[in-house]
Amino acid sequence: MSEPLVAIRGLAVDFGGAPALRGIDLAIAPGEALGLVGESGCGKSVTWLAALGLLPGRARVSGSVRLAGEEILGAAPAVLDRVRGGRVAMIFQDPASSLNPVHRIGRQVAEALGLHRGLRGVAARAEARRLLDQVGIPDAGRRLDAYPHELSGGQNQRVMIAMALAGQPELLVADEPTTALDVTIQAQILELLGALRRETGMALVLISHDLGVVAETCERVAVMYAGRIVEEARVARLFAAPTHPYTQGLLGALPPLDGPRRPLSAIPGSVPEPNGMPPGCAFAPRCPHAAAACALGVPEAVAVEPDHAAACLRAVRELLPA
Amino acid sequence: MRKAPLLEAMGLTRRYAMRRGFLGRPVEVRAVDGVSLTLERGRTLGLVGESGCGKSTTGRLVLGLEMPDAGSVAFEGQPMPAPGTPPWRAMRARMQMVFQDPLGALDRRMAIGAQIAEPLEIHGIGARRAERMERVAALLRDVGLRPDQAVRYPHELSGGQRQRAVLARALATDPALLVCDEPISALDVSIQAQVMNLLVELQSRLGTAILFVSHDLRAVRQVSHRVAVMYLGRIVEEGEPDAVLHDPAHPYAQALVSAIPHPGRGQRRILLQGDPPNPADRPSGCAFHPRCPVAVAICAKEDPMLKPRPGDGRRVACHVAQGEVPAPSVGRSAAGLNRPAQISKAA
Repeated sequence: MSEPLVAIRGLAVDFGGAPALRGIDLAIAPGEALGLVGESGCGKSVTWLAALGLLPGRARVSGSVRLAGEEILGAAPAVLDRVRGGRVAMIFQDPASSLNPVHRIGRQVAEALGLHRGLRGVAARAEARRLLDQVGIPDAGRRLDAYPHELSGGQNQRVMIAMALAGQPELLVADEPTTALDVTIQAQILELLGALRRETGMALVLISHDLGVVAETCERVAVMYAGRIVEEARVARLFAAPTHPYTQGLLGALPPLDGPRRPLSAIPGSVPEPNGMPPGCAFAPRCPHAAAACALGVPEAVAVEPDHAAACLRAVRELLPA
Repeated sequence: MRKAPLLEAMGLTRRYAMRRGFLGRPVEVRAVDGVSLTLERGRTLGLVGESGCGKSTTGRLVLGLEMPDAGSVAFEGQPMPAPGTPPWRAMRARMQMVFQDPLGALDRRMAIGAQIAEPLEIHGIGARRAERMERVAALLRDVGLRPDQAVRYPHELSGGQRQRAVLARALATDPALLVCDEPISALDVSIQAQVMNLLVELQSRLGTAILFVSHDLRAVRQVSHRVAVMYLGRIVEEGEPDAVLHDPAHPYAQALVSAIPHPGRGQRRILLQGDPPNPADRPSGCAFHPRCPVAVAICAKEDPMLKPRPGDGRRVACHVAQGEVPAPSVGRSAAGLNRPAQISKAA
């Protein structure tokens, strides 16, 4: 890979003794679309909140996050202010609570334009109108004067995306951007994110619990479990040859669209509590293949193939001749 | 003589008055607009649609938690008694509801065992306390919890365990009908699979009929024997899950199916323009026509009926799918897709 846009090394986060992230290594190339998949509490959102310095003070963060070679973890507020919303933008699950309900949307988009591009007055309004147009809001000129409550959930998410584009970001982090939306609206937003990426060349990190959403939007996927990345591969490869038992479990838990209906291969049990992390591999207590060796140490990610890594002892064993 | 189906709803209609703005005139919103459905014993009917389509209200009407403004519900061949009366209460023991958010459905200050025992006390099941405790233990085992977990409080359980506790409580009175309103939406993927497996297994063991309300077509296919697709208060298509999923007849069902994100699926999505319309501003004719890629002139004027389609008998409410009008050419439908999206005025 060429020089990555973002390189995360050994990122760890700890909330008062409870580990939320336990060493994340992740690289995003310029223009790439990466999916981050996992269940609630696995640390997929915390990774980006930590990287951008958005976690509350009691969180202990360590490791390294480099943006185009420059360290941004623990950087000065002035540096972070240029990065956040500028070079790296983030959108969240619930657009209605991310927008200010008492300001017109045009003013909110213009505020982002003022902060990141120094645009004011008529120029800012014209650019805000262009952005609303770009994200597919019909009648953008008049919609500038609408309040968030006058728009639907899908339209509000489009406004959030317009605000994120205001800083002309090199990377857009979308944290469950369609989870609060209906399926037909979800399809519209995913289509829009793909089109914007083609137009602007920005990289995209799509955080989702839905493997299907990631499969349709991203080129590469990282699967997270209990604060670590357990498997990483190109999308087609991950679905064709999932290696980590957790990934296999997630795929097996998805109801199929055709074929006979049989019980789903549900993963037994539930995610471990941060204070009660099992020794060794965190997935071992739920894993159908767990062996004594799994409790001895946290497995490191190993390359199963070029561009495909899994953090499982079995992945290594499968590489060895029988 | 034909045995009456377990549940038969005819022409259910529920209207609400909604005020627009602080001093606005109240407008009538038809949340459910003439829904008829039948559910046989031990079977599952999946009710799918997007938010605001009236699927949850339909579930509440069926249970008698709300009274319909028009239409009727018959349970085991008997009309629904007036709410609050002793016969109504007796009937309510035979039908139970499971909600989306298990933490909200459980009382945080009560151990789950006591909560599961509560319906037994209310409906006078089990003469002695020991008998009831035995039943609670059996129910906990039924849903995959351990009897010793009866003393746990909701916050001490995981999301999946809480939903199991809610299910155990719903099953306490041995109901013939379970209305599950988005029972898995608040759960993680791996836990969703556990709960779906549990529902199917309990049904095969206890013979409970299930009305499964969900926005998730995949989940509906997994658990249902029949599926009904709702749009703006009406059923627009009904049939076997595989038939509806693999060959949807109604253009809305087609869009809904094509919007299911699926790993490794190459086919193009049908993108609908705009948002579901506001129920207070119901479009004329077919309510779907402003977003429909194949709508023709008649669709804006005449309301299509839900009826069996000639040929395969699929129940669908669409002039085009019924073959009453020729389907428009591809060019026409492409032009239709480029129409500006509608903006919902819902407050």
